[in-house]
Amino acid sequence: MAKIIVITSGKGGVGKTTTTAALGAGLALRGKRTVVIDFDVGLRNLDMIMGCERRVVFDFINVIQGDAKLGQALIKDRRLENLSVLPTSQTRDKDALTREGVEKVLEELRNDFDYVICDSPAGIERGAHLAMYFADEAVVVTNPEVSSVRDSDRVLGLLSSKTRRAELGEDPVKPHLLLTRYDLGRVARGDMMKVEDILEILSIPLLGIIPESPTVLSASNVGTPVVLNESSNAGAAYADAVSRLMGEQIEMRVLGPERRGLLQRLRWRTA
Amino acid sequence: MTLFGLFRRSSNPSSAQTAKDRLQILLAYERQDRSRPDYLPLLHKEILEVIRKYVPVASEKVRVKHQRGDQISTLEIEIELPGPRAPVAAPAAATPKSAFAR
Repeated sequence: MAKIIVITSGKGGVGKTTTTAALGAGLALRGKRTVVIDFDVGLRNLDMIMGCERRVVFDFINVIQGDAKLGQALIKDRRLENLSVLPTSQTRDKDALTREGVEKVLEELRNDFDYVICDSPAGIERGAHLAMYFADEAVVVTNPEVSSVRDSDRVLGLLSSKTRRAELGEDPVKPHLLLTRYDLGRVARGDMMKVEDILEILSIPLLGIIPESPTVLSASNVGTPVVLNESSNAGAAYADAVSRLMGEQIEMRVLGPERRGLLQRLRWRTA
Repeated sequence: MTLFGLFRRSSNPSSAQTAKDRLQILLAYERQDRSRPDYLPLLHKEILEVIRKYVPVASEKVRVKHQRGDQISTLEIEIELPGPRAPVAAPAAATPKSAFAR
C-alpha cells in the first residue's frame, strides 16, 4: 500500500512543483516505486519540470472521465525505472476533477506504487483541496517570507480539518515543513527569517532546508529534477529530505550558496 | 558587521525580526478565528431570524461566542433586546449586515 503525500503551500511560486519532481525522483533513485501527479488542472507544469512534456497523450482527467485507462495516461520516466508521471489536463474544465474520480485513481495507484506524490495547485480552491484530501502526509513548502509563512499556516489548518483523515477522525495528516530558497547570507544580515523563527511560528517537524540556488532554474530549463544533479547544494538538500521522508534520522545541514568551479560547470553543461 | 553595526541593531530591529513579530501577532489572531466551528455564522443568522419574528433587533445585538476547551466547549449567546424607552427600530426585514460574515 502506497503512502499518499501532498506537496502543498497555499502560496504560489514557492517551489511545489520543483519539490514534487525532486522528491519523486529522489524516492525512485532509492528504489521506491513512485508516481507524481499534477493536480493543477488547466495549468499543467509538472510534465515540463519532469522533462516528459512531449510524451503526454492522455491525462488525469481523461482517466477520471473514463476516456483512458490509468496505464495509458501514466508516463514512465526514461531515467528512473521506478518513476512515473500522471500529467493533468491543460484544457478541460476544473470541475472535471471530482472527489470520487480522484479517489478511484488514487486507490488504483496505491496498489502499484510505494509513494504517490500529489502536486497541489496554489490557493485553497477545489484542486488544492482534492490534492490534500486523501493524503497520509503533507510536505508544506514554505519560503522564508511573511506571505508564504502565513499561507502555510492556513494550509496547516486545512490539513487538520478538511481532509479525509480529519473527517473520519483518523490519525491526522502528518505535516512536514520544507523550507525553500533559504539564503544563509541574508539570514546572517538579518534580512531573512531564520529557520528557527519559522519553526517556532509553524511548529511542525522540519523535513529539509533547500538553499537558494541557480541550479533549480537550470534544472527546470532542461527538465531534470534537481535532485539528479548531485553536485548542486539544492540537489543534495533534496536528497537529504528524501531520506527523512523515508524515515531515516539524518543530521540537518544548512547548505550555503554554491560556488561552482569551472570543472563542475562544464560537467553540468554536458549532463 | 562592525562595532557600528552592533549599535545600530540594538536600536533598530532587523527586518527579519519585524517579520517574525508581525507573523506571530497576526497568526495568533487568525488561528483563533479558524478554531470557530463552521456553523456559527449560520446559527447567528437563524437565531436572529427567529427573534425578529417577535422583536425587532439589529444583527449586532445578537452575539454568539464560542470558547473551546479540552473537555468541553461553551457556546454563549447574548441577545440584547430593546428596552421600553428605546426608539423604534427599523423594519425587521432588513438584510443581514456584515456582522454575519465574520
